[in-house]
Amino acid sequence: MTAKTKKKAVWDWGIVRRAIWGAFVKLNPRKMMGNPVMFVVEIGSVITTALLLRDVIQGHPGLRFNLQITLWLWFTVVFANFAEAMAEGRGKAQADTLRKAKTETLANLIVEDQAPGIEGVKTAETPASKLRKGDMVLVRAGEFIPGDGEVTEGVASVDESAITGESAPVIRESGGDRSAVTGGTRVISDWIKICISSNPGETFLDRMIALVEGAERQKTPNEIALNILLAGLTIIFLLAVVTLQPFAIYSGSPQTVFVLVSLLVCLIPTTIGGLLSAIGIAGMDRVIQHNVLAMSGRAVEAAGDVNTLLLDKTGTITLGNRQAVEFIPLPGIEENEIADAAQLSSLSDETPEGRSIVVLAKTKYGLRGRELAAHEAHFIPFSAHTRMSGVDLNGRSIRKGAADAIVEYIISQEGTVPKELKASVERISSTGGTPLVVADRNRALGVIHLKDIVKGGMRERFDHLRQMGIRTVMITGDNPLTAAAIAREAGVDDFLAEAKPQDKMDLIRREQAQGKLVAMTGDGTNDAPALAQADVGVAMNTGTMPAKEAGNMVDLDSNPTKLIEIVEIGKQLLMTRGALTTFSIANDVAKYFAIIPAMFAGTFPVLNALNIMRLRTPESAVLSAVIFNALIIVALIPLALRGVKYRPLGAAALLRRNLWVYGVGGIIIPFIGIKLIDMLITRIGLA
Amino acid sequence: MTANGWLQITFFLVLIFAVTKPMGVFMAHVFSRERTFMDPVLRPMERLLYHITGVDENHEMRWTEYAVSMLLFSVVSMLLLYLIERLQGFLPFNPQQLGAVSPPHLAFNTAASFTTNTNWQNYSGEATMSYFTQMAGLAYHNFVSAAVGIALAIAFIRGIARRQMETIGNFWVDLVRSCLWVLLPFCIVGALLLVSQGVVQNLRPYDKAALVEPFQVQKVGPDGKPMVGPDGKPVMDTVAEQTIAQGPVASQEIIKEFGTNGGGFFNANSAHPFENPTPFSNLIELFSIFTIGAGLTYTLGRMTGSERHGWAVWAAMAILFLAGVTAAYWAEAHGNPLLPGVDQRAGALQPGGNMEGKEVRLGIANSSLFATVTTDASCGAINGWHDSYTPLGGMVPLVNIMLSEVIFGGVGAGMYGILIYVVLAVFIAGLMVGRTPEYLGKKIEAYDVKMAMLVALVFPLVILIFTGISVVKGFGTSSISNPGPHGLTQILYAFTSQAGNNGSAFGGLTGNTPWYNTSGGITMLVGRFFMIIPMLGIAGNLARKKYVPPSLGTFPVTTPLFTVLLMGVILIVGALTFFPALSLGPILEHLLMSAGKVF
Repeated sequence: MTAKTKKKAVWDWGIVRRAIWGAFVKLNPRKMMGNPVMFVVEIGSVITTALLLRDVIQGHPGLRFNLQITLWLWFTVVFANFAEAMAEGRGKAQADTLRKAKTETLANLIVEDQAPGIEGVKTAETPASKLRKGDMVLVRAGEFIPGDGEVTEGVASVDESAITGESAPVIRESGGDRSAVTGGTRVISDWIKICISSNPGETFLDRMIALVEGAERQKTPNEIALNILLAGLTIIFLLAVVTLQPFAIYSGSPQTVFVLVSLLVCLIPTTIGGLLSAIGIAGMDRVIQHNVLAMSGRAVEAAGDVNTLLLDKTGTITLGNRQAVEFIPLPGIEENEIADAAQLSSLSDETPEGRSIVVLAKTKYGLRGRELAAHEAHFIPFSAHTRMSGVDLNGRSIRKGAADAIVEYIISQEGTVPKELKASVERISSTGGTPLVVADRNRALGVIHLKDIVKGGMRERFDHLRQMGIRTVMITGDNPLTAAAIAREAGVDDFLAEAKPQDKMDLIRREQAQGKLVAMTGDGTNDAPALAQADVGVAMNTGTMPAKEAGNMVDLDSNPTKLIEIVEIGKQLLMTRGALTTFSIANDVAKYFAIIPAMFAGTFPVLNALNIMRLRTPESAVLSAVIFNALIIVALIPLALRGVKYRPLGAAALLRRNLWVYGVGGIIIPFIGIKLIDMLITRIGLA
Repeated sequence: MTANGWLQITFFLVLIFAVTKPMGVFMAHVFSRERTFMDPVLRPMERLLYHITGVDENHEMRWTEYAVSMLLFSVVSMLLLYLIERLQGFLPFNPQQLGAVSPPHLAFNTAASFTTNTNWQNYSGEATMSYFTQMAGLAYHNFVSAAVGIALAIAFIRGIARRQMETIGNFWVDLVRSCLWVLLPFCIVGALLLVSQGVVQNLRPYDKAALVEPFQVQKVGPDGKPMVGPDGKPVMDTVAEQTIAQGPVASQEIIKEFGTNGGGFFNANSAHPFENPTPFSNLIELFSIFTIGAGLTYTLGRMTGSERHGWAVWAAMAILFLAGVTAAYWAEAHGNPLLPGVDQRAGALQPGGNMEGKEVRLGIANSSLFATVTTDASCGAINGWHDSYTPLGGMVPLVNIMLSEVIFGGVGAGMYGILIYVVLAVFIAGLMVGRTPEYLGKKIEAYDVKMAMLVALVFPLVILIFTGISVVKGFGTSSISNPGPHGLTQILYAFTSQAGNNGSAFGGLTGNTPWYNTSGGITMLVGRFFMIIPMLGIAGNLARKKYVPPSLGTFPVTTPLFTVLLMGVILIVGALTFFPALSLGPILEHLLMSAGKVF
């Protein structure tokens, strides 16, 4: 499980091999009963097999044809099972990777903890599987975190690549929104004390494995409705075929059970019936490939129905990092001086903000980046504790950082803070920018204006969403003026400024009261109620446990933009089901024209007028239809697993397109396919 | 086919187009209990009715209560009709002194038939029913069964229009308002117009007329078979006198069409000169059949706030109507290919084509049009003998009924019938736009699909099973008059017509037998009520749902694309169910006829 760019090939040999085995295991009637369409095919196959055996014993003629029909009927069932097994197999492969992360680790259970820090701690080695909710453990650099929990003390960088596939370590610390840790991840530096929050077998990793394996799969609402439709159609066709026999007897040409079962199997919607569960499993799988864990298929389906997207501004609409656009010196300070100081302090600052400061100084003030090693420079990196960074150079101590942190620093260096600084800081804040104050030891120099930059391509995505009928609302803590400016620039439909958690909640409720479905992302504990209220709540993996519990999806990459992709996957899931249903029903037209004349042309040669495909013999006609019906399932497995191509179009355009491809195409393709199969099997002498 | 013929058909469709909106708006007002110009007269009558019956007109019903009220009303009405039929010998207005309708299974079949708005007739009106039975029994049902249909359609439309509500209206109020506002006023005017054309309206005994040219017929024995004397020669009878049946025809004729009932006063139905004497009376009758069905499409649009959706549904109906009438007209005007020496071309002196079983005063175009209209709607009145149509011409009425009579359709029944198709179309195709399917802001979910499929199952269930039994059992095949595929079509048509509550007979099938009376009665009851109950279930469920405001991502139900899709679903669902049966009936007959073999 690496990055989201990873795409698995549809036909992976390892998975195929397992799926072939699975296809036969699934023939167990108790398993088949969940799928009424394919269950009917299986019963039909059993009946024809029994009759075939009888015919063999009694030495009836026509064995060759009947044997082929029986075999292809079984193939139909097996192919459908194979499709499902393929979809499950892809999930299982993923689960195996995850299981490797779940190696048995020894935990340092804290038995005695006298004071903050690790000195007064006494621990006992305990297997991770014995840890219960509420246990406290200590994890030091190099050790695996034994279970899900909350950091109660300490700060550490943690490698979460086993879960997220992201190799860069993340900071986990007590308090705030970064306190949640996941079992199976590894502490790289420092130490943390963790309060375990889940019992064995219920951890995040366990849930994740169950999800990707499809063990917890429940049918989604639309899938249930579709299953009812398919079962209903199956009963209708059952009636049509069963009552055809008396009509045939009346007309003086009674039919064999083989032919009647063939007609029935061809008519009932086996294509969609055989692929339906594979589509659902593959949909979940696609979500997982995007590194998102959906707690239920229902949530993925709901994502397709979303009317309103609530997107946090930072990190979603704008780049999480801001860029320097201006240096504002305090009175009595030269503009060049602050530019110089700002650049010096940022030369080794590899953050995007830092680089943008260097670039601004270079382009606007002609200050070139300098080689500082010669000057015996000592860099102070940014830390979460100090919230500032800087450089000590030739006796100067240049610092830049958040206004209050720098003010504190100046005061600690026995300097004074000019009141103009506050005005500058507030002015920048009020326009939506971020002020960074620059100081040289005890002397404030000025402020760097960092500005939000709207991500590239966002406007187009919002346009696409609008065409699909989805409204985007930007959520931001900014004041309304700034929010409006950014909203306009990004092209979102609406914004919620100075948003507090309660405002978010109210907005969701308001939208839902109008019958709309709302999707949002969140990470903080204070997002939890809104995440729970939203129809689709995507929690960031970096977020707190309450947030993850409240949402119905977790994004392992913690990328809020992914909400848009989730919506697309949801839509694709529904579209694939609809398209294959339409295709399956449309197919019946050609099958009628193949089988009905074949059934009765012996008695009424005039009925050959309906044999518009000019199929060679009645046997070849029936056989071709049955073979086509079985093979089309295999042919459509890649489509079922990948999903129909998603296009950001309005409903009317999508409908027109899909009706052409799957409706009209569904009528025409079997005519061609059956004809080709007929030509082939008569050529090689099978019928 | 002639230009004149097409002109008449086009003129008819234009009339229907013109009446759609006024009728639709009027019905929307009536059932929203808004003021109409008839209120000063009708409102006091309505209040009086509620006062007498103890109905609280402000009481709202859940779908279950609505369904139970409707069922109780129907059961009581059906028993009442059965009693009238059996006791008509003791009841007034019986100048011909006709005895009880017998055997009892015929009375049962007829009671079921009129209660379900089918009006399948295994009897001959003038020889079986007293004037009292015709008026108080049959005409009463013509009104109330039509009113029930309208009420149900309105209840369904309310289900779509209402938001988060448990109720779908009051059955008694809908029933009363259908009768008083919609049916009665139109019928009074229509009956008078028909009388102006020569339709009779009296309570006199039948007239006798001496024949100018008496003629001989073979006597029929008590066993129903032609009598043969001991010498082997047929026993003949001289007929010198004709009985001319009379009766209160006009009053019953108009509701027969306006309520899409179809049960003729006389056995010959609208082919009888006292029921349908002139081309103008023919037009009045045709117009009456489609008026409510067409108007309801606009009512649907009006009450759900999407008039364009109403028109999209109308368009689907109109196109399917045109397709049907074109096929029927073409087949009939084409005539019989097996009569090579006969001039079958239309000309100034002859209508041309296949005139067997058609009235000369009505001609090919008006007969084909009538056959199409009466089966598009679940009317069942006929002005010609469908049995005598060419195989393909006769297949048009059959297919029309098989499509559930949703092409304008029976009063109310056509509307809720097509709405079931809409639900299925929206569900299947709606998924393709990548959302949970929505219909006018209501999500279509598992329950709705389940109920819609139950409705869709009713047709194949009764039609195919009963036809299947009839074609292989002696009690079934003994009733057919022609062997081969034509006989199959006769039986198939009978059950299709009864299941669809159409009531038109293909003809040629002797229906008055214990088997056909009983199985037919069951078919009609199942075809009506087993469809209504799940349909009301959907209505109740939709009413309960939240409204989802439309957006660009919403499945469009107002566009030509939707019209095409709806037609596609109607045709495919209907065709897939019945193609095997049709291919052994009319299609085979047509192909055999082309090869020179007839039955």
